[in-house]
Amino acid sequence: MAVAAPPGGAAGPGGGRRRVNGDVVLALDHVTMQFGGLKAVAELDLEVGRGELVGLIGPNGAGKTTVFNLITGVYTPTHGRILFQGHPIQGLKPHVIAKRGITRTFQNIRLFASRCCRDNVCIAEHVHARAGLLDAVLRTPRFARDEAAMRERADQLLALMGLDAWADVRAAELPYGQQRRLEIARALAGQPSLLLLDEPAAGLNPQESDELMHLIEEVRRRFELTILLIEHDMRVVMGICRRIAVLDYGVKIAEGTPAQIRTDRAVIEAYLGEDVHADLGA
Amino acid sequence: MARLLRAVAVLAVLVGLDLALPRFLNPYYLRVLMLCGISVILAVSLNLINGFTGQFSIGHAGFMAVGAYGSAMVSLHVGQHWAAALAGVGIPAVIAQGAALLVALLAGGALAGIAGYLVGLPSLRLRGDYLAIVTLGFGEIIRVLITNIEAVGAARGLPGIPPWTTFFWVGIGMLAVIVLSLRLANSTHGRALFAIRDDEVAAEALGVDTTRYKVLAFVLGSFFAGIAGGLFAHYNAYLHPNSFTFIKSIEVIAMVVLGGLGSVSGSVLAAIVLTILPEALRSAQEWRMVIYSLMLIILMVTRPQGLMGSREFRWPWRHRPAAPPAPAAGGGA
Amino acid sequence: MSEFLQQLINGVTLGCVYALIALGYTMVYGILRLINFAHGDVYMLGAFFGLYAARWLGAQTHPNPASALAVLLIAMAGCGLVGLIIERAAYKPVRQSSRLAALITAIGVSLLLENGGRLVFGADPKFFPQIIPATNIALGGGVTISNQQLIILGVSIALMIVLRVIVLYTRVGKAMRAVSHNHTAAAMMGISVDRIISVTFVFGSMLAAAAGVLVALENPKIEPYMGILPGLKAFVAAVLGGIGNIPGAVLGGLVMGIAEVMVVGYVSPTYRDAIAFVLLIVILLVRPAGILGTATAEKV
Repeated sequence: MAVAAPPGGAAGPGGGRRRVNGDVVLALDHVTMQFGGLKAVAELDLEVGRGELVGLIGPNGAGKTTVFNLITGVYTPTHGRILFQGHPIQGLKPHVIAKRGITRTFQNIRLFASRCCRDNVCIAEHVHARAGLLDAVLRTPRFARDEAAMRERADQLLALMGLDAWADVRAAELPYGQQRRLEIARALAGQPSLLLLDEPAAGLNPQESDELMHLIEEVRRRFELTILLIEHDMRVVMGICRRIAVLDYGVKIAEGTPAQIRTDRAVIEAYLGEDVHADLGA
Repeated sequence: MARLLRAVAVLAVLVGLDLALPRFLNPYYLRVLMLCGISVILAVSLNLINGFTGQFSIGHAGFMAVGAYGSAMVSLHVGQHWAAALAGVGIPAVIAQGAALLVALLAGGALAGIAGYLVGLPSLRLRGDYLAIVTLGFGEIIRVLITNIEAVGAARGLPGIPPWTTFFWVGIGMLAVIVLSLRLANSTHGRALFAIRDDEVAAEALGVDTTRYKVLAFVLGSFFAGIAGGLFAHYNAYLHPNSFTFIKSIEVIAMVVLGGLGSVSGSVLAAIVLTILPEALRSAQEWRMVIYSLMLIILMVTRPQGLMGSREFRWPWRHRPAAPPAPAAGGGA
Repeated sequence: MSEFLQQLINGVTLGCVYALIALGYTMVYGILRLINFAHGDVYMLGAFFGLYAARWLGAQTHPNPASALAVLLIAMAGCGLVGLIIERAAYKPVRQSSRLAALITAIGVSLLLENGGRLVFGADPKFFPQIIPATNIALGGGVTISNQQLIILGVSIALMIVLRVIVLYTRVGKAMRAVSHNHTAAAMMGISVDRIISVTFVFGSMLAAAAGVLVALENPKIEPYMGILPGLKAFVAAVLGGIGNIPGAVLGGLVMGIAEVMVVGYVSPTYRDAIAFVLLIVILLVRPAGILGTATAEKV
């Protein structure tokens, strides 16, 4: 078993705190989420550094989406603190947290079905709207400027995601793969500094997953994002994540680089299984 | 400059209609027209709550009642004295009465808006059908309260309200609520409302303060319901609590649903149709409600999205809103 | 003290009636998430069907338990059929539509039954015949109970027990419970969801009909709009107990009945109907899930 890890080094024993290099954008400090008798998340310590792409993996029911819900303010942790850029955010309402710069996609796609793609993206820009209600009703120049800027940004994001042809199409009518991309475009529209992606590759075929991987990488570079990613598709996880944390029954059982996680005994038993080695050789 | 000219032109048209209509229409048709206008204001205001924001409010008659009685009381105790005083110093009666009416309407609307706030704020964390029941309950409570307050006439009703409502003012009310709704719809605030309707969790996660916007929809919707109530009070010259029962709320809901939830033009169209229809059926008084209820059922069973769905009627030559229009209604996408 | 006991008896009796109606609301909501606005009017139809059945059987000229029972059963059967028709014709087509559309449909059906009833039966009140001669039984200490109240208590408790047995111990009951949890899963278990929904409506309507006949025994004046207020109060009762929860409907009904009688007796008769609204607002703001209900959180 590995000894206490040097900073930036190998994986520690499951649950240990790891120091990251550079700025810590997100820090979970002994975060616990208890629903009645069930501990969905137990004493989770996690840090994510600026610009990192960190993966969060584990079996179904391990608490990964709960972690996202905790970070985004859907739940308030029973114990512990969540720090974003040094400030505690636990207990804040979701829209406040979004305004501070954390956005997300959802495991079960939650698009605004009746609106067109452009509107879906524009809604996410609401956080940065400067024109108030009165401006909207009186149609002031400030309102016109705001709307034009929003529309332009939305079109740019749609183009980046390859969705510009669908800009005026109702979100409900998009093919599945495009819907996933739209969710990402929407999450980007709020100009976040931290992006949470919940199983973005779910339901995609291998070629689509490959495209997604490149897209995520590019997005991270271009917008200087920090990304936290939940995924079951190990090719995607091992492919783009610099670091991976593994949850099982709400407890972090391992954390480290893809190479370390791949060989971690506890992780293999709980989740990956023996055969994964061969698959991930490529 | 162009906008100012347009506004003046619109006002001129309204004044023209106001003067011309009584000459061309007999009093009965004129009355139906006025009631149509008031129904339009009610339907478009409810559309803000039920259509745009997807909230189940089924007590709208209560807000109308608050506005009606509120504005009536202002006129009876304050307004008509001011109007008389102004007329006494030589200001034409039309202007004096118009000003007094405006004050009364705004007061009634403000009271109704406050009622909307009081109803909306605690109820908004309730799930859909529960919210419906609470709004229904509040609507009935408001009516029961009115029936028991002596100062507003209780069960005998409130007579003698100065009959100051003219087509001009109904037109102003209609324009105000329609323009507000359309401009709201094509703005980030309107998009926030639609987002709440489609997926409240996602909207909140993307930065929309859902509570604030739901309350906003309620307050705006109830404010205009109050305006409609005030216009009705100063047209009918008499108010009775039985004009504001649950049935009235249902009638307004039927208009919004028939028009298509979320469609402003749909609400306008449906309000006109559903105001004229009972009048046309007046001869078959006995059968009126039966036909009405059958119509509701058949409508829901065959075309629940209403006449317009959630689309708007687009004029090709219309002034472009800040965001370009969606594909034309016929194309649909 | 004796007055309190008297009020309690009256309250429990009234509560049983509300419970019978509330059961229909709660079962339909549990299975369809639909507030069946028309349910109160089915109660009204029960009273009217009972009226015509009684006339047809000549039950008032020769009052006897057998014909009284027949009146009850005919009314229940008639309303069961009405419930089935309503469900098939109006509610089934809108099952896939928006919730608001279903709500409007229910309101439409309610208006149709009320106004249709006015057309068919006439707006003037009718008088339900005395198919059971009324007597009062002294319980001591100045407290009396009428034999009609005893019948109301007896019949409602019997019906509630029958329902409980059906729901807990029969295949139909198990199917009902399955469908109320998850339509798709139930369908995959081989349950005909459509048939179970219809059965639920039929049961609920039969109970409402029984309530209508029982009430008409004590208050013989019946008219087409008589279902509005009791329907509303029974709905509040169902919400009070936890809508979708069958024991909750019974509990809610009893609470509503006792509260109403107590308010009328000790506060003022003018607030008889208001207490229902007050209870509704209170429960929805304090504990929307109801006394016995469980709050279900949305999975994000």
